[in-house]
Amino acid sequence: MKLFGKNIPEQVTRLTIILIFLIVAFIFLRSLLVPPDFGKYGHYRASAVDEIILQDIKYAGSVICYDCHDDVVDSKSEGYHNKVSCEVCHGPAVLHIDDPEEFVLEAPRERGYCPLCHEYIPSRPTGFPQIVSASHNPMRPCISCHNPHDPKPPEPPRECKACHAEISRTKSLSHHVNVKCTFCHETPGDHKIQPRDFLPTKPSKREFCGLCHAENSNVPDEIPRVDIATHGEQYMCWQCHYPHLPEAN
Amino acid sequence: MKEIKTNIENNIQRRKFIKNILFSATALLFPKFIGAASVGKIKDWVLFGDYNAKDHLWGMGIDINKCIGCGRCVNACKVENNVPKVPYFFRTWVERYRIIKGKETVVDSPNGAIDGFKPQPESDGNVIRSFFVPKLCNQCDNPPCVQVCPVGATFRTDDGVVLVDKEYCIGCRYCIQGCPYGARYLDPDTQTAEKCTFCYHRIVQGLSPACVEACPTQARIFGEVKKKTSPLMRFMRKHAIGVLKPSLNTEPKVFYANMDMEVR
Repeated sequence: MKLFGKNIPEQVTRLTIILIFLIVAFIFLRSLLVPPDFGKYGHYRASAVDEIILQDIKYAGSVICYDCHDDVVDSKSEGYHNKVSCEVCHGPAVLHIDDPEEFVLEAPRERGYCPLCHEYIPSRPTGFPQIVSASHNPMRPCISCHNPHDPKPPEPPRECKACHAEISRTKSLSHHVNVKCTFCHETPGDHKIQPRDFLPTKPSKREFCGLCHAENSNVPDEIPRVDIATHGEQYMCWQCHYPHLPEAN
Repeated sequence: MKEIKTNIENNIQRRKFIKNILFSATALLFPKFIGAASVGKIKDWVLFGDYNAKDHLWGMGIDINKCIGCGRCVNACKVENNVPKVPYFFRTWVERYRIIKGKETVVDSPNGAIDGFKPQPESDGNVIRSFFVPKLCNQCDNPPCVQVCPVGATFRTDDGVVLVDKEYCIGCRYCIQGCPYGARYLDPDTQTAEKCTFCYHRIVQGLSPACVEACPTQARIFGEVKKKTSPLMRFMRKHAIGVLKPSLNTEPKVFYANMDMEVR
């Protein structure tokens, strides 16, 4: 020791001892502080995933309802609400499945619930059935006319505007107000029953607009005329004029 | 002589000082010892059945044309995950976009749309287009929130879901700042960061997330990103797909169909 120690200054020896002590202490403390499963799968504690998985499930999923309520599920599968999960209206059902007597699921019966989906809001996709609840049989609960498990309207809608309210409102402001929807859109009768399976047509040629707006068309004089062959060059009519409100720029 | 005495006194003080520092530093670690004992308790990696995270890569598709803004997903998410039922804490929420001619696009989300939307206020008839956009954590493949976590409390699992370790989170809020989609919040009770987990406790058991379960119009589609037969891949093949803020290279796994350019 003396042989080596002779040339090494004393403070270096001390510092080395302290350094070694610190390194050992660090390794020891780290092994205590860092959980053993940290870094097993990545830079995180593997058992955290276990803890997250142990969270309680509240929504049971729509399949299991069939086990007891097959009659309701069968009748629902025929109607428009066939893809609406039971728990959307009846609420989370896991407790009810564990103990059907103790936890009875409620069904919303008041008028306020259905408008969450069916109140008319222009932002909703066109064709989605919507009503203005202030004017649609006010004060009567929805379920007095509509069976929520098979919610077909008491009768098929008579007019296009029952579903396409926004377009109808726009058109009512335009010169096309008296042009019937079916004049431009050939509409299969089943469109009212299965709207997405039977789509109405749309005009595809300039000549269709020309039926009224061509120079030689046989219609009243006040209708504006253009030369269908040259007007607007290569563009289709509806690329510049919105047919439901042709006055718009 | 006097000088030497003061020197000695000084030296003793210094030694004392260093000693005290060492003691107090060790004392700081004691509560950690106790903490570590309880943290290390759960050692087993129990997973349900034969679920192997490496076999999956989860993602979600959202069809904006189908969303009716009813807010049932927001409600289901809060119920399933015990999210505080007050505004500003959301794992998923629905925004209404109104693109107005000659003006800034207006986006609103009253209470995250948990009670749906009221018919929009009159806006002088200049709304060009209006639609709903459901939002949630994008479960990025390249997540900025994981990068900024100083303690390894948030991480990306092998099946592509970004999760938060409640025990490890120190509530520093870096991840909340780092998320470009505003998808995280600080839980007011636990003071830890919280976010959408794709309902991880459900998907490992083969169930779909609560929001997907509760969507009445199937605007949300949940499934595997890399299996060609999954409903999600079918949805992605059939639609032109966009993601939010693609320029950030976060590689989100929430895919939007029929997305307007104005959505941000």
